[in-house]
Amino acid sequence: MSDHGGTGEPMPRILVFSTNNISDPGIDLAGSRHLHYPATVSVLAVPCSSGIKPAWILHALETGQDGVFIASDGEECAYLPDCAERTASIVTQAQALMAEKGLEPQRLKMAAVCSVCAEPFANYMREFAAALNELGPRPVPVG
Amino acid sequence: MSETESPQRRIGVYICHCGGNISDYVDVERVREAISADPDVVVGKTTLFACADGTQHEMIDDIHAEGLDGLVVASCSPKLHTTTFRGVSTRADLNPYAYTQVNIREQDSWAHTDDHEGATQKAIALVQAGIAKTRLSLPLEPLRVETVPATMVVGGGITGLRTAIGLADIGIAVTIVEREAEVGGWVGRLGPMFPHNASGRDQISQLMAEIARRPTITVLTNAELVGKTGSFGNYTAKVKLRTETTEELRQFQVGTFVIATGADVYSPEVGELGYGIDGVVTIHEFGALVDAAQGSGSLTWQGRKVRSVAYVYCVGNRQVGGNEYCSKFCCAATVHASIKVADLDPSIRQFHLHRDVRAYGKYELMYTESRERGSVYMRYPDDALPSIEQMPDKRLAVTVTDALTSQDEITLPVDLVVLVTGMVPRDNDDLTTLLKLPTGDDGFYNEIHPKLRPVETVVDGVLIAGACQGPKPATEAVSGGLAAVTQSAGILKKGFAELDPLVATVTESLCTGCGDCLTTCPYDAISSYVCDEGQKASIAAASCKGCGGCVPVCPEDAIDLLGYTSAQMMAAIDGLSVKEPVA
Repeated sequence: MSDHGGTGEPMPRILVFSTNNISDPGIDLAGSRHLHYPATVSVLAVPCSSGIKPAWILHALETGQDGVFIASDGEECAYLPDCAERTASIVTQAQALMAEKGLEPQRLKMAAVCSVCAEPFANYMREFAAALNELGPRPVPVG
Repeated sequence: MSETESPQRRIGVYICHCGGNISDYVDVERVREAISADPDVVVGKTTLFACADGTQHEMIDDIHAEGLDGLVVASCSPKLHTTTFRGVSTRADLNPYAYTQVNIREQDSWAHTDDHEGATQKAIALVQAGIAKTRLSLPLEPLRVETVPATMVVGGGITGLRTAIGLADIGIAVTIVEREAEVGGWVGRLGPMFPHNASGRDQISQLMAEIARRPTITVLTNAELVGKTGSFGNYTAKVKLRTETTEELRQFQVGTFVIATGADVYSPEVGELGYGIDGVVTIHEFGALVDAAQGSGSLTWQGRKVRSVAYVYCVGNRQVGGNEYCSKFCCAATVHASIKVADLDPSIRQFHLHRDVRAYGKYELMYTESRERGSVYMRYPDDALPSIEQMPDKRLAVTVTDALTSQDEITLPVDLVVLVTGMVPRDNDDLTTLLKLPTGDDGFYNEIHPKLRPVETVVDGVLIAGACQGPKPATEAVSGGLAAVTQSAGILKKGFAELDPLVATVTESLCTGCGDCLTTCPYDAISSYVCDEGQKASIAAASCKGCGGCVPVCPEDAIDLLGYTSAQMMAAIDGLSVKEPVA
């Protein structure tokens, strides 16, 4: 965890997977409106949340991220009518991989973020950061 | 992938101040120092405005002088300038897909105006991730696909027919597919139309005569589009042709589709504003009555001379919680009908009960004429609809409040009440599902952008035109059809199309032919083939939409989405976690 929030309170590091056409513009809008969320949140965009590999999520949690958040397309996905189910299944698979490494399932969250969902996104980040803080530091990887 | 395996690259990184939008919150100089430590970063610069002409020239000069093979610009959202800097790359003979845009404005400086230290560290991490993506980028070329110079026009109304003629005249073969037994649609059933009194039937006949002179147009009636396969610029369309006793399936090779299926008219519920009472008719029924009266010279209803008419506007339209839109044509059509009635018999009293008269543009002149010839216009309040009752003498009593003069109700005894009904979307669920066309909340088809891309849809090669997009008069519908002609020509006249190469690919050596991916693509881009090692999957680049949905499905990690390969994503995640070197 990083403690540069200035308050001395440690801020968990969060990786967000966004989608180019839907949630990334929503996250952009949060910035354009100067809505604050922890600076320890970083975003990597992909075309569609159904294309995220569980291995990427695990890798992020093993290389310093305290939590991973999938800002999914939900029902708005222009590519796949069953995008929400597909993304949910990726979450389930990733949580199984995480369990093998002793990582709590709560470190992975998913929510649909629409292209104008600026406020919801900022709120999700604050809530997720608080939840991760409550969870405490990541278990030290074994081996 | 460890660093030693990565090939040595020569990357240029530009960190934008955005005139303070970024540099007021992010210490861009510290970002530059941090990323310059990367051995593959040959050029690392900060710049006041990365998008400025001068900076673009400087980048091109650097790419040439330093022999750069990758470019990273850390500035604003990729939505704003990806195209700009891909263009810079192309102009400098650098592969545009070796460019990565890093968003340190919307997703960093602007979101963390309260945390300069945090924003700076985040910028370093994001730029490192961007460099990692560029480091592992592959040179890609746009996909080139041959196109078929033929268009299928779905819908044989005024829009579809005029579109077909436009296409044929620029050398594109056309098949018109009309569901009904006859072409012409709504307009084909109309007599004199606004603004110039040209008859709808005559205009359709004219168009059909023009079509008969063009051998490259095929008109199919009793026909429905039931299948679409293939890929952008070269589709196979399956059409079901019906006769009374038979059904036949025929296939056509087409490059584009123009969907011109039109709209339906709103049909009032029984009891809605008196509909169902003898003498209460819709504007469409009234139009037929007026046209029939042209011959006899007298407007009659059930054998009785009509002495007075009340028009109730905005029926089934502009309804809160219902059809909220305005249908655009109905005010002008009603104003025009009242002039036709005045032509027949100037002594007929006409009352227009409206919520605003939207006789816009040149139609305003008809509105003036209608009033000058005796029509009375009264605005009724949005929350107080007129009520209609039958009187003992079978005439109708219309009770209304004139919002502009008095709050008192007045009752008008009239012979006919005309409900001015607007348009509703057609029931075209099968077609909508087949083409995966996006519809709005109102049920009409959605274009990509109302001003900039008004007839294109998110489905490649499928254009929309006319009232299927939203209610509008025939004039505007035909304009949309001709816009679709231009777009079709733009796609088809070159003979080939270029597609974004960021598609999924299969690494043949890793594929075990398990078949898990074969059913995962709704665009049918994945198929299998047999080679010496057995069955393998293959992805047709021209059919792939680049979503990556098949990537996590592969148990062997054999599928990658170009531009977002596993190697690139893992390296980007590593980039995010690299700590700033201690000075």
